Amino acid sequence: MGLLSKKDAKLITDPLADNNPITIQVLGICSALAITAELKASLVMGIAVLFVLSVGNVVISLMRNIIPSKIRIIVQLIVVAALVIIVDQVLKAFAFELSKTLSVFIGLIITNCIIMGRFEAFALANKPWQSFLDGIGNALGYAVILIIVGFFRELLGSGTLFGIPVLGDPIEMTGVYALGYENNGFMLMPPMALIIVGLIIWVQRSRNKDLIED
Amino acid sequence: MAVNTDKNSYTILFAIAMVVVVGSLLAFTASSLKPNIEENKRMEKQQNILYAMGVNGNEGTGDITFVSTDKVAGEFATYIKEQLVIENGVAKADDQAYLIDVKKEQAKAKNGGTRRLPLFIGEKDGKTSYIVPIRGKGLWDAIWGFVALDKNMVVQGAFFDHAGETPGLGANIKQRYFMDDFNGEKLLNDKGVFKGIKVAKGNNDPINKIKDDNEVDALAGATITGDGVSAMIKKDLKLYLPYFKNLK
Repeated sequence: MGLLSKKDAKLITDPLADNNPITIQVLGICSALAITAELKASLVMGIAVLFVLSVGNVVISLMRNIIPSKIRIIVQLIVVAALVIIVDQVLKAFAFELSKTLSVFIGLIITNCIIMGRFEAFALANKPWQSFLDGIGNALGYAVILIIVGFFRELLGSGTLFGIPVLGDPIEMTGVYALGYENNGFMLMPPMALIIVGLIIWVQRSRNKDLIED
Repeated sequence: MAVNTDKNSYTILFAIAMVVVVGSLLAFTASSLKPNIEENKRMEKQQNILYAMGVNGNEGTGDITFVSTDKVAGEFATYIKEQLVIENGVAKADDQAYLIDVKKEQAKAKNGGTRRLPLFIGEKDGKTSYIVPIRGKGLWDAIWGFVALDKNMVVQGAFFDHAGETPGLGANIKQRYFMDDFNGEKLLNDKGVFKGIKVAKGNNDPINKIKDDNEVDALAGATITGDGVSAMIKKDLKLYLPYFKNLK
C-alpha cells in the first residue's frame, strides 16, 4: 500500500486477523450473537459500526488532550450516542426506508463494546489519522466475523442467503429438501452464533500458534 | 496543552460545556429535521393502511412493497372511502382519523379516559375492508400493525411493524410470509365468539391451510414477539367488536 506507511497499514490489517476484535479481543460479542441470524442484518450492522467507529475515533482523538480522565467514559458514551442519534435523525428525514432498516441497530451500536473499547484503548492515546485507520480496521474485522457467522446461520437455519432461497423450497420440497434435508432451526438461536464464533477461533488459533495463550 | 485536566473545577466545567454543546447540537438537528420526519411518518402510515387492505406493489412472493411515496396520498384518497373515529360506541366520520396516535389513546384508556378508536373503510375491486390499527409490546419494544377485516371479521390482509425486535428472529413479523399467513384467518370461532388469532407454536399447520382454527404458525426463535402479536390482536380488535356486531 503506497498510500499508507507500513505502520499505518498494519492498523487496518491487524484487526482483520491476528488482532480481531471478536475472536481475539473478544469485544462486541453481544451484537454478534443477536443479529447474525441473517446475512443482510450482519452486513448492515457492519457498515453502521464502520461509520460510527471511524468517526467516533477521530472525534475522541481530537479531544484526547482536553478530556478529564475522571469522566472520560461518560464523555465517550456521549460522543457515540450523539453521533448515532444525529445519523438516525438525518436518515429519518432523508432516507426513511433505510432508517427503518437501521433503527434496530441504533441501540446496539451505542452499547457495542468494540466502540468504547477502541476509544479507550486507542483513540485516547493516538493521533486522529491513526485513530481513523484503527476505527476502519477494527470495524472491518468485526464485520468480517459477523458476515461469516451470518452466512452459516442463514444458510443452515433458513436455507437462504440475503433472503433468497438457495437450497430449494422447504414447503414444495424442491432442491436439497427433496433429498430429505431439513433446515436446522437451532441455527436461528443466538447461542449457535457463539458456537460458530468458537469454531472460527479454533481454526484461527490452530493456523497461527502465536495466538495460543499458555 | 497546559491545562491541568485533573482538577475538579476543570472536570465540572468540561462536563457542563459538553452537555451544552451536545444538547444544542441534538436539539438543533431534531427541530430542523422535524417537518421532514413528520411528513415521512404520515406517508408511512398511509402506506401501511393501504398495504393491509391489499393496495401495494407486491409481486409474486418475496418482499413487501408499498405504494411509492409520490403516489401514496392520491391512492389513499382513492381507496379509503371513509375514516371513522369510534368514541363511547358512537362512530363519527373524521378525515384526519389516520393521524390518531394509538399509543396516546392506549395511555388515555389506562388513565381512565375514553379511548378514541380509528377505523378506516377501504374499497378495492368491489370488496369492502375495515382496517383497524393495533399496537402492543414485543420483546424489546413496541410492535404495531394494521389488520384489514371484512364485515364478518375475517382477515383480508395484515401488516405488522416493530420498533426494535431482534433481526432475523422477532423482526420477521415484518416479513411478508408471516403477514400473508393471516389472510383468511377468522377472529371469531364457529359459534361467533371472539377468539382473536393466536401465533401458535407446534408446527401443526406449517403451510397455513387451516383457516378455522384461529391460529397461525409461529416464527422460530421469536416466542415473545409472537405472543405480543397474539395479544395485540386480541386486545385491540376486541374493542371494535360492538361496531362489527352492528354491521350485520
